Amino acid sequence: MSSRNPLDVPYRERERSITLERMGADGDEQAPQYGTEVEPDTELFTINMGPHHPATHGVLRLLLTIEGEVVRDLTPLVGYVHTGIEKSCEDQQYWKAITFVERMDYLSYYFNAMAYCMVVETLLDEEVPPRAQYLRVIHLELNRIASHLFSVGTSALDLGAMSMIFYTLRDRELILDLFEMSGGQRMHPRYFQVGGVVEDIPPGFEAKVRGFIRAMPARIDQYEAILDKNEIFLQRMRHVGVVSREQLLGLGVTGPLLRATGDPWDLRKAAPYSSYEHFDFKIPVGTVGDHYDRYRVRMAEMRESLRIVEQALDGLPEGPYITSNRKVALPPRDELATSMEALIHHFKLVTEGFRVPPGEAYVAIESPRGELGCFVVADGSAKPARVHMRDPSFVNLQSLKPMGENTLIADLIASIAMLDPILGGIDR
Amino acid sequence: MTRQKVAAPDDLRIRQLRAQQMLRGDLPEEDLEQYVLERVLTTTFEKAQNWARANAPWPLGFGLACCAIEMITALAGPRNDLARFGAEVTRASPRQADMIIISGRVSIKMAPVIRRIYDQMLEPKWVISMGACASSAGMFNNYALVAGVDKFLPVDVYVPGCPPRPEALTYGVNKLQAKIKGEPDLSWRERYHAEGTEEVA
Amino acid sequence: MPDGTGLELIAQRVRARLGESSVTGTAYYREQATLEVEPRSVRDVVTFLAREDDEPFEFLASLHGCDYYPAEPRLGVHYQLMSRARVERLNVKTRVSVEAPTVPSVVETFPGANFQEREVYDFFGVIFDGHPDLRRILMPEDYEGFPQRRDFPMGGEDVLFTFNEHKVPRWYE
Repeated sequence: MSSRNPLDVPYRERERSITLERMGADGDEQAPQYGTEVEPDTELFTINMGPHHPATHGVLRLLLTIEGEVVRDLTPLVGYVHTGIEKSCEDQQYWKAITFVERMDYLSYYFNAMAYCMVVETLLDEEVPPRAQYLRVIHLELNRIASHLFSVGTSALDLGAMSMIFYTLRDRELILDLFEMSGGQRMHPRYFQVGGVVEDIPPGFEAKVRGFIRAMPARIDQYEAILDKNEIFLQRMRHVGVVSREQLLGLGVTGPLLRATGDPWDLRKAAPYSSYEHFDFKIPVGTVGDHYDRYRVRMAEMRESLRIVEQALDGLPEGPYITSNRKVALPPRDELATSMEALIHHFKLVTEGFRVPPGEAYVAIESPRGELGCFVVADGSAKPARVHMRDPSFVNLQSLKPMGENTLIADLIASIAMLDPILGGIDR
Repeated sequence: MTRQKVAAPDDLRIRQLRAQQMLRGDLPEEDLEQYVLERVLTTTFEKAQNWARANAPWPLGFGLACCAIEMITALAGPRNDLARFGAEVTRASPRQADMIIISGRVSIKMAPVIRRIYDQMLEPKWVISMGACASSAGMFNNYALVAGVDKFLPVDVYVPGCPPRPEALTYGVNKLQAKIKGEPDLSWRERYHAEGTEEVA
Repeated sequence: MPDGTGLELIAQRVRARLGESSVTGTAYYREQATLEVEPRSVRDVVTFLAREDDEPFEFLASLHGCDYYPAEPRLGVHYQLMSRARVERLNVKTRVSVEAPTVPSVVETFPGANFQEREVYDFFGVIFDGHPDLRRILMPEDYEGFPQRRDFPMGGEDVLFTFNEHKVPRWYE
C-alpha cells in the first residue's frame, strides 16, 4: 500500500494517525461497539428496505430488524432482476451465448465474456494467439478501472459525497470512448469471441489509450485528495464493517473484500491466465478489513491496472487476433471470394455454429468483484447444455449479514456500497 | 394520458367567431362572450402549463439493470447531462417525481413493485421505457421476464437500444417534452393529418 | 490441478476413509479433475476433503447444479473445491434423480453454500437436508416448477411477424 514517510504527513494528520501503517495502534480510534444484548424493554421493528431505494446498487431488497437505529438482523431478498440468462443460453449457439452472458454482471461485461470464452476454449482445446491474449488483457483491465470508478463514485454518492460521482463518471466516459473505438459500443460490445477477439484494434487506439494512461494517475490523485483524509468519510468508514478473514473464506468471498483483510489472493497471480504472468503488477491488500481498506484496495487496484495496460501496450505482439482454426472462428472476409472451404466454414459457423465435444469444464477469472467462474456442459451439439456463471456478487452478498449486524443503519448503507453488489450478477 | 390537442388557428377573432357559432342558441349574449374569453384564457393557460411541465420533468431514480448505468451516465454524467433539459433532480420518492424511466429488464418478481411505484406517483406522470428489455422482452424472451413494460404501464416514449446511448435517452426525453407541450412531432401521420390511412390489422 | 494420478490417489483416500461405495467414479478431462460420489456421502466427502485430508481443499469456489436430461439420474450437483495453498481445483459431483432429489447440505462446513444451495433448489428442485432456510431465492416464492430443468419450457412470447400477427392474441384481447 502507500508507504509514505510518516513525517511527510502534516502534523495534524500525523497526530490523528490515519496512515495505514499506524492503523490500530491507538486504542481510542475504535468504533463504538453496540451492545449485543437486547435490553428487555426495547422493541424490535422489522422494516423492508425495498427493491426500489435511492442507494444506486440495483434492486436489492433487505428485511431489516432494527432496534432503534441499530440493525439486529438482516436478510437479503434477491431475484428482482432475474432474467433467466442461464436457461436462455441453452437455446443459443455458443458464440451467440456470449451476448447473453455479457449482460449478467453489467459493470464488468468483458469479464463475463472472458470467463465464458475461456471455458469454451478449454472444452474445444483451442489456443488463443498471443496478440489476442494481450488485447483481452488490455480490455479487461480497462474494464476493471471503469468498474472500480463507478463503484467508488456510487459509494461516495451513497455516503453523501456527491461530487465524486461526477468526477468518476467523467473518467469512465474516457474509457467508454476507448471501448467504442475498439468494440463499437460503449457497453456490452461483444468484443471477445471464442478463440480471440472479434477484430483488431483500429489505428489511433493505442495513442488514445496512452493518453488515457498519462492522464489517469493525476485523476486518481484527485479522488484520493477528496476522500482519503476527509473527516466525515473516515469516521464513516474506519473500523466499520470488519469481518474476519476466516469468516470471509468460509463464506466463499473473494476479490477486494478478501484482499482488504490482508489476504493476497488474486487469481491473476495465483493461477495466471491469458498471459497475465508476463506483466509485473502488485496486489494491494489492506490490514484491518474495514470499509476504508476496501475503498483503498479499489483505488490502488486502479493504479495497478493502469500499469498492466501500459505493459500490455508496450509488449503487444504482432500476429493474428483470433485463432486460425476455421471451424471455430469466422474466416477473414477477403478469403470468402477465393476459397471454397472458407465459404463453407463461414456458412456452417453462421447458421449452425461450431460443435463442442461432450464434456464439462469450470474456469474462473478475477473480476473486479472477485472470482467469476463459468461452468459449461457440452453435449456435442452446437448449443451448450448448461451454462452457469459463478457470480462473485452472489456469494459476496452472504457477507452482508455479518458486516451489517449490530451496526447503525447508516453503516449498513456504507456496507452495501462497499460490498459492491451488482444485482444483474446476483440475479442472473 | 389525455393528449391536449391545440389545433385551432391562432387568430383570436376567428376562434371567437367559431365559438359563437358553435354555441348559437345555447348561451345568452353576455355569457357567450364571457365563455369564449374563458376558453381562450384556459387554452393559453394550458399551453403555459404544458410548457412549464415539459421543461422540468423530474425523473424518479429508478434503475434496474444495464440500462440504469447508461441512465445514470445520462442523468448525472458530466458529458451528457439531462439537467440542461430540466431534469434537474432525480427524486428518490415517487411522490415527488414526474417521470419514471424504466431502465432495464422487468422480471416477473419486479413487475408488481413497479406498478405500485407508478401508482404512487402523482398526476401528471409520464413513462419512458428505456432499452430493448423494457420495451419488449429484448433478447431475453423467456419465462422470467415480462415482455415489455407496456403490459402494465402506459408508456409514452420508447427508447430502443441495448443499452441506448445517453444521447439516445436524451433524445427520448426531448421527444417526451415535445409530447407534453402538445406539439407532438412524433410521426408523419399527425404532422400531415393523415386520417383514414391506418393499416387495418 | 491435480493430475490424473493425483485424482486417483484422492479417490483412494476417500474410499479408504468413507467406504468403498462413496466414490462412484473419477473423470479427468481437459486437465480438470472430477470426483463422482454418491449422494448420501456428499457431506462426509466434502468435509473430509476440506478438513482432514493431507492435501485439503478448504475453499468452496462454487456450488451449482445441472440437469443431465435424458441421461439418468438426471440432476447433478457440483461442488467446486479449491486449495488455495497449492492452487488446485477439484470438482466433486453427485447425481440424483428427480424422484428422490435429496442431498445432504454442506452449510456447516462451508457457510457460503447457503445461497448457492438455495439457488440449486430453486432451479432444479434438489432438496438439501439440513439446510437452515431452504426456500426459493431468485424466482418468486410462490412459483411452481423448477425452471432450469431441461423439460421446463423456455417460456416467453411469440415474436410477431406479418404472417402470424393475426393469429397471436394480444394482451388486451
